[in-house]
Amino acid sequence: MSASGAGAAEARRYTKKDFESDQDVRWCPGCGDYAILSAIQKTMPDLGVPKENIVFISGIGCSSRFPYYMNTYGFHTIHGRAPAVATGLRLARPDLKVFVVTGDGDGLSIGGNHLLHVLRRNVDVTILLFNNRIYGLTKGQYSPTSELGKVTKSTPLGSADRPVNPAAFALGCGATFVARTVDRNVPHMEEMLRRAASHRGAAFLEILQNCIVYNDLAWGVLYEKESRLHHELRLEHGKPLLFGPPDDRKAIVMEGLTPKVVSAGSVPESRLWVHDETNLRAAKILADFWAPEYPVPVGVMAAVEAPVYEEVLLQQEQRAISERGPGDIARLLASGDTWKIE
Amino acid sequence: MSDTVAAVKGAEKPRKELERAVIRFAGDSGDGMQLTGEQFTTESAWAGNDVATLPNFPAEIRAPAGTLFGVSSFQLQFGSQRVYTPGDRLDCLVAMNPAALKVHLRDLKPGGLLIVNEAAFDKRNLDKAGYASNPLDDPSLGERYRLHRVDMTALTHEALRDLALNAKEKDRCKNFFALGLVSWIYTRPLEPTLEWISKKFARNPVLAEANTRVLKAGHAFGETAEIFAEHYAVERADMPPGLYRSMTGNRALAWGLLAAAERSQLPVVYGAYPITPASSILEELAMHKRFRVRTIQAEDEIAAVTAAIGASFGGAVGVTGSSGPGIALKGEAIGLAVMAELPLVVFNVQRGGPSTGLPTKTEQADLMQALYGRNSESPVVVLAPASPGDCFYIAYEAVRIAVKYMVPVIVLSDGFLANGSEPWLIPDVSTLPPIEVEFRTEREGFFPYLRDPATLGRPWVRPGTPGLEHRIGGIEKQDVTGNISYDPDNHDHMVRIRAEKVRRVAQEIPPTTISGPATGDLLVVGWGGTYGAITAAVERAQTEGRSVASIHLRHLNPLPPDLGQILREYRRVLVPEINSGQLVRVLRAEYLVDAVGFNRVRGLPLASDEIYEAIIQLLETGS
Repeated sequence: MSASGAGAAEARRYTKKDFESDQDVRWCPGCGDYAILSAIQKTMPDLGVPKENIVFISGIGCSSRFPYYMNTYGFHTIHGRAPAVATGLRLARPDLKVFVVTGDGDGLSIGGNHLLHVLRRNVDVTILLFNNRIYGLTKGQYSPTSELGKVTKSTPLGSADRPVNPAAFALGCGATFVARTVDRNVPHMEEMLRRAASHRGAAFLEILQNCIVYNDLAWGVLYEKESRLHHELRLEHGKPLLFGPPDDRKAIVMEGLTPKVVSAGSVPESRLWVHDETNLRAAKILADFWAPEYPVPVGVMAAVEAPVYEEVLLQQEQRAISERGPGDIARLLASGDTWKIE
Repeated sequence: MSDTVAAVKGAEKPRKELERAVIRFAGDSGDGMQLTGEQFTTESAWAGNDVATLPNFPAEIRAPAGTLFGVSSFQLQFGSQRVYTPGDRLDCLVAMNPAALKVHLRDLKPGGLLIVNEAAFDKRNLDKAGYASNPLDDPSLGERYRLHRVDMTALTHEALRDLALNAKEKDRCKNFFALGLVSWIYTRPLEPTLEWISKKFARNPVLAEANTRVLKAGHAFGETAEIFAEHYAVERADMPPGLYRSMTGNRALAWGLLAAAERSQLPVVYGAYPITPASSILEELAMHKRFRVRTIQAEDEIAAVTAAIGASFGGAVGVTGSSGPGIALKGEAIGLAVMAELPLVVFNVQRGGPSTGLPTKTEQADLMQALYGRNSESPVVVLAPASPGDCFYIAYEAVRIAVKYMVPVIVLSDGFLANGSEPWLIPDVSTLPPIEVEFRTEREGFFPYLRDPATLGRPWVRPGTPGLEHRIGGIEKQDVTGNISYDPDNHDHMVRIRAEKVRRVAQEIPPTTISGPATGDLLVVGWGGTYGAITAAVERAQTEGRSVASIHLRHLNPLPPDLGQILREYRRVLVPEINSGQLVRVLRAEYLVDAVGFNRVRGLPLASDEIYEAIIQLLETGS
């Protein structure tokens, strides 16, 4: 566990129930958020962190109601700013395990700047971005991940905005951990939550989530059984990129600078692209994959080590104190050019 | 006419005693005028004078040389009496080029000392300054002022003839020639500047030697040149005994936070985005990591304040600092701190506005923004320092109130206080009031919005405390339980509670000090950086036997509990401000008094002369 002091030594035996708050959950019936909430509550005991050392911070939107439903410390802040709140909290309290819960509007539109900087600084927070490609809480306007031409209440003739790809954005920001999972694949979601939460530094997990009211089946490509079989690319470190039904396995190979989908049997094993989470360049290519031209990758795209912002700053502080002693305001006030008046 | 009284070389020239003097160094923004002024200030403080300073520089880092808008200046007043302001009219102007002369000459008193670097008055510079002919050749200039044409450039080069420096490097030393010369004229000790040179150029002995030589050459020039008939001395001021240092407002704000960190035993997290004139607070704090003050240079103003709020949620003291435009961006987040009832300190070093406005100039026009510049009913505590040194106490007080009442506190400093300096009596920190913080750990009976009966503050719980896990946020909460509530009566109740909590801070405010009679014809009410100018103006009126008093508000929300009574003790109330009438509006609304404003919004501090004239006019004409 990266959050020091939140160590396993003190961990008690928790069950999912310990993480359920007494608040009524107020999402629409059938919302994908229920599955995510349940998966998070279920994986919390595996973190080995005392419950009181866990903090959930959110911005605004349906996803951002999340902290109220977790029986941990929580702060429901303002639109888009959760990453900045979390940065300040980590700098004040590096002993806490901090989660940020955000959505495609909160994280990539109004809060895009903060998401960029929390990732590049590599602040030790676990960022869960629920992506449903729509604005739910404001009742159905298009979001920055909505497809071009999306017809919504605010775009009756179709949106003119090209969508942003969250995983590619995160990698472009210099994220040290980028993964994607799906709300309807609970075991995979739980595995990804554990991986993300145990990363040292900023971990970015995109959760494809269904808004049943305003954008139902936006992720149909991964929901519908047959489609999923053909289009889901499950990423596993050290294993070749293979997907598709058993009788029609496909592989990815690079032709020059362009990835190409080929029949798995048509290429020698040595030419197969073997997934390596530590290869950021490869991850950037993977992040751009989408159906139907390419498969849709789910799993850990990248996981690398890098200096953690608040650790660097706190080391500077510790070094200053150990070299010159703690601050002494009386001495500081009397230092430098002073003169006495009798 | 220029002074032409000859003095015998080497002989002591006559020395005249002055009570005070106002000097301005003006030149190109690359001429080192700020440094010259700062060094002269230090010399004056060493000489035991009281000093007040006014740096004034363009927003451009290196504005085109020789232009009017590229002129940078540093003004100071020093005296053997209390000095409240950097002074209005100048006794002495040093102009390093034609542009500086053109911009600043109108502020020089008739008969004042005018020293120019003659070498800079060439065709090119005259053109840039818009002079059709050389003003130095106009006999009326020498008739109106005591003009001294000194070829500082040549004299500087002469002093450095055998040093291995190129012409440009030598040229750059000429500000120290001016400093040396003016130091001689006003009998300032050179020691502090010599010491500064040896420290600053410890690794570059050639530059150390060059600056030392030029400084001394300027000094010797004053002593021996036949043009300076006399020089002046200003006796030590009668100041309270103790150890002093020079203090600027921004450093004092930073050091006040360090003191608060030490006394509260809490880390401070300071989030800021660089902005003139507040950036130096961030830079100063970043140097003092040993105090557990953690600085974040955030990606924007909103991140700066929300990071501070995150830190406060974690049990540290969250502080953010900016200037007006940045505060505008922080508004929603300050509202979050109001709603979440978390401590937060916000420094606003006010500058000319709106929008980008006058980034390097001073103004007091953000009072209404501090009081009301957020959506809905969003009361916060507002404090304002009266002088550069007072910034130390105000920063400390802001932290103390914020953590005691679980409330945001906005501190309104300004560009004049931020960069201006004064000799500051170093306080005994043990006399500062304690900052006592007790984090809630008791589970029994805990609710997140329980209220302290005296302060109405809610409990501060550090995440990590077992059994007290809870959620807060920007949505309206039910009082006590902290559960989300859309109940109409609860909202009305919470609006009132948040206001009452801020009102109760009034119990922290000491009785208001009245300078002058407790009842009379006129009360002058000020706030912020106009303290000095108002005090000087009121003292002048009082010496003339006028029935005038002044008070200065450091607490702007809530206002002092005794203010209403005081206002009624005078026939008229005058409120001078560098805005178009903000405090005066509050006083009229709050107390139904017929207060009148005196308002100038020129990006400059108010002059005590103009306030004095406003006082006289109000007394004599009633308006």
